[in-house]
Amino acid sequence: MANADCIVLQGGNMAEAHPVGFQWVAEAKARGAKVIHVDPRFTRTSAVADKHVAIRAGSDVALLGALINHVLSNELWFKDYVVAYTNAATLVGEDFQDTEDLGGLFSGFDPETGTYDSSSWAYAHAHPDEHQPHQGGAPGDALGSGGPPLQHAEVERDETLQHPRTVFQILKRHYSRYTPEMVQEVCGISPADFDYLARAVTENSGRERTTCFAYATGWTQHTLGAQFIRTAAVLQLLLGNVGRPGGGIMALRGHASIQGSTDIPTLFNLLPGYLPMPMAGNHDNLQDYLASVGTKQQKGFWANSDSYFVSLMKAYFGDAATAENDWYFDRLPRMTGAHGTYETAMSMLADEVEGYFVLGQNPAVGSANGKLQREGMRHLKWMVVRDLSLIESATWWKDSPEVESGEVRTEDIETEVFFMPAATHVEKAGSFTQTQRMLQWRHQAVQPPGQCQSEMDFFFELGRRIRGLVAASDDERDRPLLDMTWDYPVDDEGNPDPESVLREINGYRTTDTGERELLSSYTELAADGSTSSGCWIYTGVFADDQNKAARRTPHGGPGVSQSQWGWAWPSDRRILYNRASADPDGKPWSDRKKYVWWDESEQKWVGDDVPDFPVDRAPHSRPDPAVGGPAALAGDDPFIMQSDGKGWLFAPKGLVDGPLPTHYEAQESPVRNGLYPQQQSPARLIYPRQDNLSAPSAGTPGAGIYPFVFTTYRLTEHHTAGGMSRWLPYLSELQPEMFCEVSPQLAAERGLVNEGWATIVSPRAVIEARVLVTERMKPLTVGGRIVHQVGLPYHWGVGNHALVTGDSANDLIGVTLDPNVQIQESKVASCDVIAGRRPRGRAADALLASYNERAGVTVHTDNQRVTDVREEDVDDE
Amino acid sequence: MGRFSALEWPVFRQLRSGDHLGRGPAVASAKTRATQSRNATADRVVQSICPYCAVGCGQRVYVKDEKVVQIEGDPDSPVSRGRLCPKGAASEQLVNAPGRQYDVLYRAPRATEWQKLDRDTAIDMIAERFVRSRRNTWQETDDEGRILRRTMGIASLGGATLDNEENYLIKKLFTAAGAIQIENQARI
Repeated sequence: MANADCIVLQGGNMAEAHPVGFQWVAEAKARGAKVIHVDPRFTRTSAVADKHVAIRAGSDVALLGALINHVLSNELWFKDYVVAYTNAATLVGEDFQDTEDLGGLFSGFDPETGTYDSSSWAYAHAHPDEHQPHQGGAPGDALGSGGPPLQHAEVERDETLQHPRTVFQILKRHYSRYTPEMVQEVCGISPADFDYLARAVTENSGRERTTCFAYATGWTQHTLGAQFIRTAAVLQLLLGNVGRPGGGIMALRGHASIQGSTDIPTLFNLLPGYLPMPMAGNHDNLQDYLASVGTKQQKGFWANSDSYFVSLMKAYFGDAATAENDWYFDRLPRMTGAHGTYETAMSMLADEVEGYFVLGQNPAVGSANGKLQREGMRHLKWMVVRDLSLIESATWWKDSPEVESGEVRTEDIETEVFFMPAATHVEKAGSFTQTQRMLQWRHQAVQPPGQCQSEMDFFFELGRRIRGLVAASDDERDRPLLDMTWDYPVDDEGNPDPESVLREINGYRTTDTGERELLSSYTELAADGSTSSGCWIYTGVFADDQNKAARRTPHGGPGVSQSQWGWAWPSDRRILYNRASADPDGKPWSDRKKYVWWDESEQKWVGDDVPDFPVDRAPHSRPDPAVGGPAALAGDDPFIMQSDGKGWLFAPKGLVDGPLPTHYEAQESPVRNGLYPQQQSPARLIYPRQDNLSAPSAGTPGAGIYPFVFTTYRLTEHHTAGGMSRWLPYLSELQPEMFCEVSPQLAAERGLVNEGWATIVSPRAVIEARVLVTERMKPLTVGGRIVHQVGLPYHWGVGNHALVTGDSANDLIGVTLDPNVQIQESKVASCDVIAGRRPRGRAADALLASYNERAGVTVHTDNQRVTDVREEDVDDE
Repeated sequence: MGRFSALEWPVFRQLRSGDHLGRGPAVASAKTRATQSRNATADRVVQSICPYCAVGCGQRVYVKDEKVVQIEGDPDSPVSRGRLCPKGAASEQLVNAPGRQYDVLYRAPRATEWQKLDRDTAIDMIAERFVRSRRNTWQETDDEGRILRRTMGIASLGGATLDNEENYLIKKLFTAAGAIQIENQARI
């Protein structure tokens, strides 16, 4: 980011949520870069930016789509980059229909199931006579990091971009109505502010300059969150800002190893290295499974998915994974749909879940619809909470809001709860992967005190004992537990050596004589069982028997990429797709933005980073695409994980809610969709339940009862649900109380007084907060009316153990999810705000019931997939 | 207090010590001068990484008598250049928090209070419940006879604050057990 000429911070508050990372934004600004903050709130990020643009929460696609339209209409796109490196020239099949044609839907939507069949979004086939296999609606949760597979790499292209079915022309049509006037109507942003942003971004892109975007959960926590990020990706590709220094779209992630826990996932839908968990029906045999990850016919490194998968099975099951048993594929458990944390909570309520582990997380406070979460826990038979202190998720059975209100009695709750004290980050050794994919090893400073124990020691021991309990079993279902490799070297206390686990993750080659050699790159992995790797993208972290995550050369050494500090996946590359930092001829786009280039004399790619490309593939090399895999990559195919080697402006497959980002309103919104008759994203995941009601959206009866938009956010002094901050004296003193931020205008309208109390009501809950009246919250004029926004930090919870407690913002939030990633919409929802403290006990339930009755809320409210366009608008101000 | 000396006048101290602006030694009290930093008396310094957000700031952990006495930013880190935010700077209190729990606790069905439990016993009890719940809720095939080989009766939430090596073992154990409902903060 320090190398950027313009930085757009949108969907995050970097100065407060990532303050130390923000020094690089400050550094760029000191060198003359322009910094723009787009956010509903004016924050400390805005205070030091060149410009703050206030936006209505949830309307980002309209703004970014208008920037795309601006770039296309004014010929401001980076032609050489776009034509060579993106799929702009690729032709889409004749059956595709856009949202412009279908009132806000793409072709292939099934209103019964709420899902798209994406086959009509496919590329046109260069050889139409050949059999084209059916490309059905692949589940978004079953796809790897490189996007979905294509059956082939032989696409039809029109390099002039004039053919009406080129991606470029489709893009132009799709965004043609995303104008500055529309931005004003939808986002509440003035044409002057739009012009400022558009100029800043376009003037700072091209050969000589680069613009960088950075986002956080302000983009992810929406019913179309993945599409928010896609919109920025389309814009950045058009401007040539991907794979270059000072470019890109930075995900500012919020937990020390949230990147690592996605790479080596504790997630239901993935195996390590973004390999999908098998899905019943789609992956009934190994061949189908591998074909869904990457075919041998497609371009790029996903074509080697068999090597990655077989090596993983060898790491998991050792000698028990053989060619004869398809490398253990048949014994892996199968998904049958989405089994995310919210589905699990609902399964708990249906008494389908008996046991629940909660590991350094606090769902009673930190997950959307907290009441539903806590009620789910009451249905469990047993629960294990591993944390440093008695968080609300450990003590809900005696001090939750429901116990406090008398709704439930502790004596009636059957759940057994085990609290296991955890070790802190300095009481164990191990690696975190930070937000730029860099692994950093932590050395152990001291032993864990008392009965505290690391997750590694606990799970190693638990696994050992579970294996002991089934050791004598001849039941087939117990085979994987017994076949699993679990023989880590242990210390005097019987605890495993963390570096031995990192070695297993790195992977080995077993020689003919049975010797095991550590591998140095994923390109060495084989599909014949001779190699193992617990996570293929991490191969190389332990190359040469050196823990590269533990490298600590001060300041990362003298090189531009500072690579002598830690280790970045894959292959220690610091900027991904960095082949795009050179032009199609392999020369740097400019001296100023020089990074990786083709060296004619050495006949290889060289530069300031590890080239993210086959190192000897010449720029003008044009191998036959039919050979497939990395060998099929042309010298100008920088996107080596994509099945056609190109950056995707249009996604012919892979996203379940549309090939192009499209503006839809949130599940609950006081504003009608200004662009299409379709109000919400039709493919969003809805959960129509009595315990998960939604506020009526604009144009439907009762919309005026919950008139305000609320958004949630983090404070510098607290961490998520507070488990690592509300028990610390300093941090608790710095931010002692839950509050709400409101504008002076809203305060006047509702009689709110600074430092007084407010009660906030959503269809799910009633909470209270202290009032902060501030001009940082600006009422916006949207669609001809004033929209008030309310800011709510979400760190507090009700319990008896933390130093500071308070009502939880998550209790207000409903469960409606993005269909690609199953993340909840918690950055925008509807509420009412009234002065004073909330009622206690049953009176709070009565208040909630009266609101929902007045608003006419039922389980059907907002839960139509396709908006009924015949319906008359109801004005319910 | 010793005898008053004109040489101890602040302006003389500023001139005498070279601290002309009175921002350093010239204005240090006797107490401050007698105090030594706990970092200076630490037995050892261990390099670590901040456990809060994903920026990944470097930390130096100061240990004395096998106790963490201070945690500060690591100036060597190219990520953070020695800086920490209020959370990272407070992380010594995370280790030594007054409310931190050091005992294994167990709440029996319908009980109104915790009871202490030996860790070994607790792990045995959890292992036994894990195996039983897995057996109770096992799904070998679906209605169409397709392989499922799983349990939907055991779930887990957490991982974004854990180490890669820990997540690896958890995912491996749960996958081998057929427990697929395993999630973390990345979904939220």
